[in-house]
Amino acid sequence: MNVVRLGAIARKELLQVWRDPRSLMIALLLPVVQMLMLGYGVSLDIKHVPLCTLDREGSQQSLALLKAFESTQYFDVVKILANDRELTAAIDGGTCRIAIVIPPDFSQRLNDSGTSSIQAIVDATDDNTASVAAGYAQAVVASFSQQVQLYASSVQGRPAVITPIAIQSRVWFNEDLESKNFIIPGLAAMILALVGAQLTSLTVSREWERGTMELLISTPVTPMEVMLGKLLPYFGIGLIDAGICIALAVFWFQVPFRGAFLTLFATTALFLVVVLGIGYLISVSIRSQLGASQIALLLTMLPTTLLSGYAFPIDQMPAPIQALTYLVHARYYVTILKGVFLKGLDLVQLAAPILALMLYAAVIAFFAARAFKKTLD
Amino acid sequence: MFDRIIQIFIKEMIELTRDKWARFRLIVPPIIQMLVFGYAATFEVFNVSTVILDRDHSQESRDLVAHFTASGRFSIAAYAQNESDITRIIDRGEAAIAITIQPGFAELLRKGATAPVQVAVDGTNSNTALIALGYVGQVVAAFSQEYAADFLHRTSGGLRLRQASVTIDQRPWYNEDTNSRWFFVPGVIGTLTLTLIVNLTAFAIVREREVGTLEQIMVTPIRPIEFILGKTLPFFVIGLGEVALVTAVGMLWFQVPFNGNPLVMLLGTSLFLLSTLALGLLISTVCTTQQQAFATNFFVVNPLFTLSGFSFPIASMPLALQWFSYINPLRYYLILIRACFLKGVGLAVLWPDLAALAALAAVLLTASVLRFRKSLD
Repeated sequence: MNVVRLGAIARKELLQVWRDPRSLMIALLLPVVQMLMLGYGVSLDIKHVPLCTLDREGSQQSLALLKAFESTQYFDVVKILANDRELTAAIDGGTCRIAIVIPPDFSQRLNDSGTSSIQAIVDATDDNTASVAAGYAQAVVASFSQQVQLYASSVQGRPAVITPIAIQSRVWFNEDLESKNFIIPGLAAMILALVGAQLTSLTVSREWERGTMELLISTPVTPMEVMLGKLLPYFGIGLIDAGICIALAVFWFQVPFRGAFLTLFATTALFLVVVLGIGYLISVSIRSQLGASQIALLLTMLPTTLLSGYAFPIDQMPAPIQALTYLVHARYYVTILKGVFLKGLDLVQLAAPILALMLYAAVIAFFAARAFKKTLD
Repeated sequence: MFDRIIQIFIKEMIELTRDKWARFRLIVPPIIQMLVFGYAATFEVFNVSTVILDRDHSQESRDLVAHFTASGRFSIAAYAQNESDITRIIDRGEAAIAITIQPGFAELLRKGATAPVQVAVDGTNSNTALIALGYVGQVVAAFSQEYAADFLHRTSGGLRLRQASVTIDQRPWYNEDTNSRWFFVPGVIGTLTLTLIVNLTAFAIVREREVGTLEQIMVTPIRPIEFILGKTLPFFVIGLGEVALVTAVGMLWFQVPFNGNPLVMLLGTSLFLLSTLALGLLISTVCTTQQQAFATNFFVVNPLFTLSGFSFPIASMPLALQWFSYINPLRYYLILIRACFLKGVGLAVLWPDLAALAALAAVLLTASVLRFRKSLD
């Protein structure tokens, strides 16, 4: 390893970055724009679900029940339906996600037998929204039931039936149960993975395609020097990007930050090494830029979104897919980010994902150094 | 004119499928991605890992715990001995929920008073936490009701509890089992197509520019419009093939029903492909190197993907982002493809989305063709 040669490669790469201001601009703007834009978009909090009602009875009790649906912030009553045909049209056309249908004998059965049921027709295309909306409806109906009970027992002069068990729930780490608090750190991980892959995945294939590889090979540089020299400038850019992402998460989106900045800095630097290393490995292995870009897209965008635990919980996936997530670098960084942000964990408590990232970096460095051959074949 | 378009078409097809690896990259990754992401993308919570601290050691407390295990929604990760066990287990993420039964639980119940059950939940993933709390509520409510009925029966000498209650009868339409896969598999089809086609199209033209062959083509008698058609047609064909391929995987492997009209889907897919081609073309007009094209691609495609309603409901976004989604072709395509698969509705319902997609495709195509001609000068 020769520091002068390493420096020369790094300088050449830096010049190349410098002379392509558009790529540099994108590399620096992408985190700002995407954090700001996507940070507002990545919410799983479901409120104001559009609701339609079809009241076949029109009694005082049915109206009272519908009133209860109107008064919660979880539902917006968008339309009052008159018949089944309108109901089908409203759900088919997406006017509402849920329709509450009250049968013609609702209050009669409630008064005679004490139990009565209503129908909730849910558009389950988006099953998560559907389950959450159904849960809200359940809660509205339960509290309505309780009111009816209280009224009945007071009329009959009996003591009210008490509920035997009360749940006292406490939420840890994300006390307000706001989805942004866990998704935004994950978003930062995703953006870094994208930027990193984009920065380095064409850096060697470009040399092959343009024919400058022959020049590089004719010099005395070693593969290790090429790798480090090429990665160094991008590491600098990546650190700036990471700083932007994290600053926006903490100061703009006000995600609670309970850990130490030093922990965050060290782990972020490690993640960047892995991300840039993967890009470099792709670039060394595939000589056409189109091929390299396809593989880089394939390995970053969807895996970091779907397999990193950034929004979709890993422990609910089938076992083989869970095993596969261990191959996704963002998985470890997302775990670290959530730990540092919400739980305030330190380096020791995060030892497992950190060691995994280190191992990842070592394996990639090994393969990248081997893949870079100084032959023209 | 037709002749020249065909010539370019053939040339492009040869370049795309020239070597084994290029063909491999077109066919195998989409299938693998479909298989993996079909399984990975789910917000469903099947099983909540739970830690239990029973300090009462009574018949009643054991009965309540049995209700939890019997529900099938909770798997007991550990039995804690004290509070600090719980803190440690939740901190490490070994359990997502902790249920504590304090001493005196059974005594309170036997007196007919309300006994508390303490629930601590890891709120890091707010969506999972909310669903888990919902399950806890259901289990405790069932236990409560059984106990109250039994209690009344014992204390009042055989009197049956007659409680007024309203139940809700849920009818999830289109996706009776509220299966996440049915929601996400169509979504993955749209997303894969978007990322693949935009990248292929942008690179195809920028490569010619970067390598210098664009000038060679410009000295031939070919007209710009012919060149564009010849260049983009292959990707249109590949896009259709790709959609057919992953749709087949979705239907045959994941058994997602296709209830709609294949012709409506074909029309929608064609319009969607036209707009993605135009997007790729637009990107190619502002870039001179493949590196730039790749960076721009990430810059554009990632927000389109994240803000499309693929996983984060558009209704949960702030208004500004909801408006932005109206110029996102993926938004319309996802509505369309999910409707075709699950809802089985036809043109009567889907025409506004198709019209929007057509308008978007027309605007994007016109803009890209105009810009492309200018970028040749």
